[in-house]
Amino acid sequence: MRKIRYGMAAMAAGAALVLSACGGGSGSEGGGGEASGGSGGEKVRIGIKYDQPGLGFSSNGQFSGFDVDVAKYVAKELGYSADQIEFVESPSANRENMLANNQVDMIFATYSITDERKKAVDFAGPYFVAGQDLLVRADDTEITGPDSLNGKNLCSVTGSTSAQRIKDEHASNVNLVERPSYAECVTAMQGGQIDAVTTDDIILAGLAAQPNNAGKYKVVGNPFSEENYGVGLPKGTDKCADINAAINKMVEDGSWDEALKKNTEGVDYSYNKELNPPKPTEACA
Amino acid sequence: MDSLSEYFQSYLTALESYDVVGAFWVNIQLAFWAALGSAVLGTVLALMRISPVPSFRWAGASYVNIFRNTPLTIIMTFCILVLVFQLQLNLSSDFDFNFFLWAVVGLTVYHAAFVCEAIRSGVNTVPLGQAEAARAIGLSFLPAARMIILPQAFRGAIAPLGNTLIALTKNTTVAAAASVPEAAGLMKTMIEFRPDVILAIFATFAAGFVLIVIPIGLLTTWLSTKLAVTR
Repeated sequence: MRKIRYGMAAMAAGAALVLSACGGGSGSEGGGGEASGGSGGEKVRIGIKYDQPGLGFSSNGQFSGFDVDVAKYVAKELGYSADQIEFVESPSANRENMLANNQVDMIFATYSITDERKKAVDFAGPYFVAGQDLLVRADDTEITGPDSLNGKNLCSVTGSTSAQRIKDEHASNVNLVERPSYAECVTAMQGGQIDAVTTDDIILAGLAAQPNNAGKYKVVGNPFSEENYGVGLPKGTDKCADINAAINKMVEDGSWDEALKKNTEGVDYSYNKELNPPKPTEACA
Repeated sequence: MDSLSEYFQSYLTALESYDVVGAFWVNIQLAFWAALGSAVLGTVLALMRISPVPSFRWAGASYVNIFRNTPLTIIMTFCILVLVFQLQLNLSSDFDFNFFLWAVVGLTVYHAAFVCEAIRSGVNTVPLGQAEAARAIGLSFLPAARMIILPQAFRGAIAPLGNTLIALTKNTTVAAAASVPEAAGLMKTMIEFRPDVILAIFATFAAGFVLIVIPIGLLTTWLSTKLAVTR
């Protein structure tokens, strides 16, 4: 009997420990929010990717990338100071829900404007027009575009249809590999089992610009689709006009170009000049 | 009411444009082959763990402890990134089928550890007298295990084996990490491209797994009472 009682006490203590650990975590987060919020007005919560080098990337609490730079510029134009911005991770599958549930105020996360998504969220922008392209080893001369992929091994991430599109429309004999992340695709390409990675050109450029990959890979530069990156906003927003004005201003004063150059530095990559920079109108996309 | 029928309409078009049934069929195939594989491997491991040879017992215990405590995703990723991409070990010359086979291998080595333990729990339901009687009539370890111990052990282990089978069925979704186009990967794709019906898509895949798993549960419960050794 005594043993059982000790056991139950230990279990209760363990449970309390676990619970307090969870509580402590969220508590300190809230505390941090209040502290920086205290410096002036309300905060703006911006959803970005944390794992997309060159676009939205988090390392040691620092956020970098083109999405992040545009987000900071737009937030500044909307009247938020740098310490009022709170970046929140928004993975692809969660973006619509995070907007609908008011967990973020806006999303800059390689968020292509599509009709299906427009049913769930509103979009400002576009702030960039990407296109599907290929990343290959720097010394590869055989792969020049989607049509030269027959018999090659092509990698993309689980849940994207970009590789399937190549198989359906360009090269029916391509071998498709799906990995959980683009970084894993690139690792596999290093090993030699993968010949090319496909997704939007700017994402590929960001991957190739990472210090570990510098000089090893190149973006083919033959984009064959049009992805309009928009700013995800809750349905029924009134912020489109302000955000679009901010994007236009960013293009005009040269910061847009500068941000793009900075985030794809060292990679042989040039964005689609015909479609970029985009000129968003006042209305939501 | 209008918006509801409109929502239903978009849901139907989303379902039509993706092969949901085909994706679930891949999961079922994965579960079937991995269940066969892990049943065989698990039985061998269980035999090792109850054998009179200390080194076999040690090897069996090591296997169980290593694979039972390694996350399945890591086993799967190891198979693909290390064995396939780095060491270029291919089980099939067909590019896609190679990944399927490796996914079956990954699922098999992982669940074999659980099958082994389930069978061992079944062995514990066999009274010691049975083993002693087998020994007394002159049977050595393997014949005793084959004719006396294991048949009773399996019948006593049906419920835990069923649990393992159910876990295995649901774990086939991890095969997405082995580049096998199955249900979880398709769900990710559909959520990415049809966020307007995100909850309906989620519910569809959840319901799909419930439909597959419930019969397994019913069958094993029925079998475990039907086949139980009455003592």
